[in-house]
Amino acid sequence: MTLNNSDPVSVMFAGIEMDGIFINRSGEHAIVKLSSGYNICVPESFCSPKEKTASVEKPAVLPLKQDASLPLLSIISTGGTIASTVDYRTGAVSSKFTAEDILRSIPELAGIARYHTLQPFQVLSENMNPAMWQELARTIHDEILKGAQGIIVTHGTDTMLYSAAAVSFMLSTPVPIVFVGAQRSADRPSSDNAMNAICSAQAAVSDLGEVVVCMHATESDTMCALHRATRVRKNHTSRRDAFQSIGREPVGGIEYPEGTVVLAKDAVLRGTEELRLSDNLESNCGLLQYYPGMNPAVIDAFKGCKGLVIAGTGLGHVGTDCIASIKGLTTAGTTVVMTSQCQAGNVCDRVYETGRDLLDAGVIEGGSMLPEVALVKLMWVLGNATRKEDIKRLMQTNLKGELEYDLWRCA
Amino acid sequence: MDYEAIGLKAGLEIHQQLNTKEKLFCHSPTVIRDSAEHTGEVSRYLRIATSEMGDVDRAAKEELMNQRLFTYYTYDSTGLVEIDEEPPAPLNPDALDVVLTIAKMFNMTPLPEIHTMRKMIVDGSATSGFQRTALVALNGAIEHACRVETVAVEEEACQRVEDTIFSVDRLGIPLIEITTSPCMKTPDEVHDIAQYIGMTLRSTGRVKRGIGTIRQDVNVSIRDGARVEIKGVQELDLIAEVVRREVQRQLSLIAIRDELLARNAMVNGEVYDVTTVFAKTQSQVLKKARVILGTVLHGFNGLVGLEIQPGRRLGSEMSDYAKKCGVGGLFHTDELPAYGVTEEEVFVLKETLGAGPNDAVIIVASTEQKCRCAMQMIIRRAKMAFEGVPEETRKMLEGGSTAYMRPLPGAARMYPETDILPVPVTKEYWDSIATPELLSVKAERFVTEYGLDAGMARQMAFSEKLPLFERAVSEGIRPVFAARTILASLKELSRAGISPDALSDDSIISVMKTVEAGNAAKEAVLDILTACAKGMSVSDAVSRVAPAFSREELQDLVHGIVNDRMEFIRTRGKAALGPVMGVVMKEVRGRIDGKVVSEVLDEELGRIL
Repeated sequence: MTLNNSDPVSVMFAGIEMDGIFINRSGEHAIVKLSSGYNICVPESFCSPKEKTASVEKPAVLPLKQDASLPLLSIISTGGTIASTVDYRTGAVSSKFTAEDILRSIPELAGIARYHTLQPFQVLSENMNPAMWQELARTIHDEILKGAQGIIVTHGTDTMLYSAAAVSFMLSTPVPIVFVGAQRSADRPSSDNAMNAICSAQAAVSDLGEVVVCMHATESDTMCALHRATRVRKNHTSRRDAFQSIGREPVGGIEYPEGTVVLAKDAVLRGTEELRLSDNLESNCGLLQYYPGMNPAVIDAFKGCKGLVIAGTGLGHVGTDCIASIKGLTTAGTTVVMTSQCQAGNVCDRVYETGRDLLDAGVIEGGSMLPEVALVKLMWVLGNATRKEDIKRLMQTNLKGELEYDLWRCA
Repeated sequence: MDYEAIGLKAGLEIHQQLNTKEKLFCHSPTVIRDSAEHTGEVSRYLRIATSEMGDVDRAAKEELMNQRLFTYYTYDSTGLVEIDEEPPAPLNPDALDVVLTIAKMFNMTPLPEIHTMRKMIVDGSATSGFQRTALVALNGAIEHACRVETVAVEEEACQRVEDTIFSVDRLGIPLIEITTSPCMKTPDEVHDIAQYIGMTLRSTGRVKRGIGTIRQDVNVSIRDGARVEIKGVQELDLIAEVVRREVQRQLSLIAIRDELLARNAMVNGEVYDVTTVFAKTQSQVLKKARVILGTVLHGFNGLVGLEIQPGRRLGSEMSDYAKKCGVGGLFHTDELPAYGVTEEEVFVLKETLGAGPNDAVIIVASTEQKCRCAMQMIIRRAKMAFEGVPEETRKMLEGGSTAYMRPLPGAARMYPETDILPVPVTKEYWDSIATPELLSVKAERFVTEYGLDAGMARQMAFSEKLPLFERAVSEGIRPVFAARTILASLKELSRAGISPDALSDDSIISVMKTVEAGNAAKEAVLDILTACAKGMSVSDAVSRVAPAFSREELQDLVHGIVNDRMEFIRTRGKAALGPVMGVVMKEVRGRIDGKVVSEVLDEELGRIL
């Protein structure tokens, strides 16, 4: 008889008989959860099925009521796990997504707002792509149209900043759009998911009116930071405070557990912008990190792309050998934007000769834009403008806080 | 006490820190730090992920009744894994090797694959909210026909600095957890088995030594009683007493149950606000409180204050439950008037609540919310008194009595650690593991093979300096001399307040070799070692403390002394040896072996007599 997950089994091992539940197989071995809670791995032939005992009746679950007097928020899940439960019988962890499930896992949310939940797709964040950014922007647009007073987007942290920046460019929003994730899995008691979610709801009902990323401000559970979507980067692989604003202070902070929201003076406030969706993107664009000794053929390989962002060295340079290849790209119609590998600061290609040669080759200076933000912006600009001078002007205009000022005005 | 008649059953769960270089799931060193040296701190809340079955572990749930912010001290010797800011490293193979070695010593069967689990612990002592643990081997034997059920490898928890402050230096040090069957039938047997297991662990030479590095949990039950797990007995000498006192507690609780049933006692669970009764009270505790709540336990008079083990009453048990809500404790009428509460106040209290002479009244004082919570817990515990002994996890208090900690945890607290890959244990690996000689066997061998007396043999075998002794013997130093020198020098150093670490094994060996070669006297060994421990090199210490005294120099000296006492020696004959020896030794003690002195003196006297 083949054993299936959750089947009660009797295991004979080391001369003793033990009761357990069959979980799954690992090669020729069976993994069995013993009544002590431990999983053990033994040859499957040592396990024999046992009569199923009457299944334990699940306790009646009371339906949760949402408080109609509270503002309505939409929670849009793209695959990051905001809430999860553990089946201690089998040890399986499952992520939860209905509003009820979330409220059951994080009851504090119920005191902040009412929630409508959607799940347009479910992917690991490394599998996101520009088409999904577009779908996300449209979904958010629809939710705001339908009356959502704030949006929470749960998202895997790896590429959250790309999605958040993309939504920023595609959508003008009168309400806060808050991207939130967790660095430590939701099935652990120490996870940052619940606190980040609670803070994101506080942010979503606040006076804010722009796209932000809401994550731990420090390694402690005392404060979340709100980062402007176009000025944020994941700076650590695993720490809770991995997300940091680059080249500026966060646009807000939320004290936990008090829930007090403090906004920066230049935060965009609720109602400042009108709802407008312009969701065209030109996804045929690339991003290239220059390194010393780079073979110019690497640059040539971008031939045919509509746009290329280069993360150059220092003030925005590449080796002289590569300039001819860049010239080749721009001549063929590829827009090339120069950004810097440096953590912060503006690109300036007028100081050194290489820089001036790059400008002559048709490169557009990207100012202080983060390379990945410049890429997303370039996709949006190329999706919405065709004339060369419009493209350059838009790339050098501060649209969503990605630049400190409009570069073209100062040129 | 006839323990067989009352059906005592006891089992042990022993946790021993392993002396590996790195922690179990990260590369930090396994060193304990002074909390004053901490270099950083983080603060965290813990929450429990609920199960689909609505099944939250009861022990975990109770711990989380108060959402508390825990603070963790970090050090320059700790990293991100300890503060749950980074996924764990793979299971430390050295730790697994020690655990497998011990499993083999108990004749256990290893599991073909080691699967790491997360055991939910939300009392704050683990930053992640769980302790990583993995079963390694099953079913072994201990002497006296007792069984080891399981051996697991797990990570040590944080050390509590105070209240909600923890120190992460200890977190992650590998532990072996040894669980026996409930095979012990008397308190002394528990002591003996614990001692035997401890000896077996130390026989590997790969476990940590010293206070706090081994902890025994004892499971105790008697017929009609219940299984109670007592955590953290650190001193072996107390373990039998802990069992005796738990038996006493369970017997008392059973007697209280019988008395309650005989009295038709009752707990109706009604709670009253009695704040006004104490409006003018002189009691410091009650004066401070915003709210005072009371409840009547009908038929409990005299039983709440009854001692159930030294220093503990039924009231203490109720108080332990109440404290889970953040109140400081409770007052009960069996102990009042006291603590500033007057006889009159007690009278009014009883009167107000309609309590009769057979009834007891319990009051708690704090904020409204905490009082309500505490009252529920007190009423719960009072109702349990009708059942006798509740199943509990308890903690040891000084002296061997215990206090309630939390309910016994269920299997509902384990789920797989998905960040750690399973580790295979192949037959080849298992077969290649060599088991060390037991210390008890070693001690016997030291008697038969080396001629050590039984006491010294045992002391040497169980000493932390055993490896030094074995090295000395292998390098040709006479075993009796080596054992005596090593043991005496340790004692001498500790008396002088010098750390034994100040003296390297190399210098001890070198000093012993110098003596064996006849270049320093046996009598001077301790002085030389003490000088070395204070920083002198071995050769300097030998020449300063005990400049070597040659046989020729000795012969000259002896000749002179004997000549001066010629008359005395002629009168006393052979009997003069003793007194003259004393005079010579006064001159040469520590510079030449006494045996040599006696030889030379004997020759000299022989020449005269």
